[in-house]
Amino acid sequence: MSKLTDKNSYTILFSVVMVLVVGSLLAGIAQGLRSKIAENERFEKQQNILYTMGVDNNQGTSDISFIPANEVEAEFNKYIVHQYVIQGETVTEDPDAYLIDVKQEESLAKKDKNYQRRLPLFVGEKDGKKLYIVPMRGKGLWDAVWGFMALDQDFVIQGVFFDHAGETPGLGANIKERYFMDPFKGEQVMKNGVYVGVDVAKGNNDPSNERKDDQKVDALAGATITGDGIAAMIKKDVAMYIPHLKNLNKEL
Amino acid sequence: MALLSRKDSKLILDPLTDDNPITIQVLGICSALAITAQLKASIVMAVSVIAVMAIGNVVISLMRNIIPSKIRIIVQLIVVASLVIMVDQVLKAYAYELSKQLSVFIGLIITNCIIMGRFEAFALGNNPWRSLLDGIGNAAGYGLILVIVGFFRELLGSGTLLGYKVLGDPIEKTGLYALGYENNGFMLLSPMALIVIGIIIWVQRTRNKDLIEE
Repeated sequence: MSKLTDKNSYTILFSVVMVLVVGSLLAGIAQGLRSKIAENERFEKQQNILYTMGVDNNQGTSDISFIPANEVEAEFNKYIVHQYVIQGETVTEDPDAYLIDVKQEESLAKKDKNYQRRLPLFVGEKDGKKLYIVPMRGKGLWDAVWGFMALDQDFVIQGVFFDHAGETPGLGANIKERYFMDPFKGEQVMKNGVYVGVDVAKGNNDPSNERKDDQKVDALAGATITGDGIAAMIKKDVAMYIPHLKNLNKEL
Repeated sequence: MALLSRKDSKLILDPLTDDNPITIQVLGICSALAITAQLKASIVMAVSVIAVMAIGNVVISLMRNIIPSKIRIIVQLIVVASLVIMVDQVLKAYAYELSKQLSVFIGLIITNCIIMGRFEAFALGNNPWRSLLDGIGNAAGYGLILVIVGFFRELLGSGTLLGYKVLGDPIEKTGLYALGYENNGFMLLSPMALIVIGIIIWVQRTRNKDLIEE
């Protein structure tokens, strides 16, 4: 007689029970921890936004240290003076604008042509200077890339922060290293009054980024598609804000 | 030792030296190359693998008599994948910054051949207590090599250890850098990790001739 565990019926029964047990266990854990994880992600967003304004705990020239999670809420409220939601032509002030899920808005707009995408915009104030902080989202090589960009009222970049879901460690993942993000600082995104963005360029013969008015930063070796994705993301997403920023420039 | 019999303590100690999963069995090389550029990442990876491996071995061992042999590999995969998802979720909830740093490496634990290898080779045929010891031993042996490689790569590649500038500041030119020392950027790339592992294998086999294959 063959062993019970070799029978087909037993195998099927075992897999069914196993799937049920494992499935409910994982679902239970995910459910139980969800609010805690969402809270962490909220703080992370605040940290990222503040980082583009230069509000951080950076010590040296290569580390990225955010404001600690337990202080970030207060700092965020201190530095971010306005939060707007732009929908079509209407601009409304909304203190929870930073909670808007850019990914969700993007896919809603893609599915329904008539949907007016909600665009969150943050206005920060640091050292008496007003900064517009714009969220961005695009595609890297493997998965999504996203980030924030801080522009001053002359449309000069004051800081950027990039992050990614799954770029190659050591290559594309280096978009979140200081040596890639820092050169964006000081780049002008307008050319003769028209928005052009910033290109992540190879062979622009300017590795230390001395030229700040050429709309180009030096690309990462071995991460062409990720870099192109960053440039495309900046071009596409920041452009949506430019007319509104011009309007706000008159008001603020 | 009262707590562990001679046979049991062999289960923990052997993988640390003469039956090391990386240097002798040559398993788990992929992650040993990928994540050892910094000592901290090595240590965290070692600890996570010890946890997943110990629990996973016990779970598989408890189920060893009821697992249908036809789908045992799938069952093993599900056990390790579920454990990894749990670790990932808990880290995201209680150690968010750490989980950001580890990002892809958490997922890499699943593909670690040592884990599947020990499930298949040991836990399926041994009782939970012995499987626990075997799991801890093998994961610790793996972690030990990771930490050694991470130590040398971070020290020689970046001149730091756990982020502390132990050799001085390369930009301010203090400490060793004042004497003209330079970091070896090559150490940060994976090929050098393989060379460091090769050196460890060489040292180990020179000290213990029994390990040399004919």
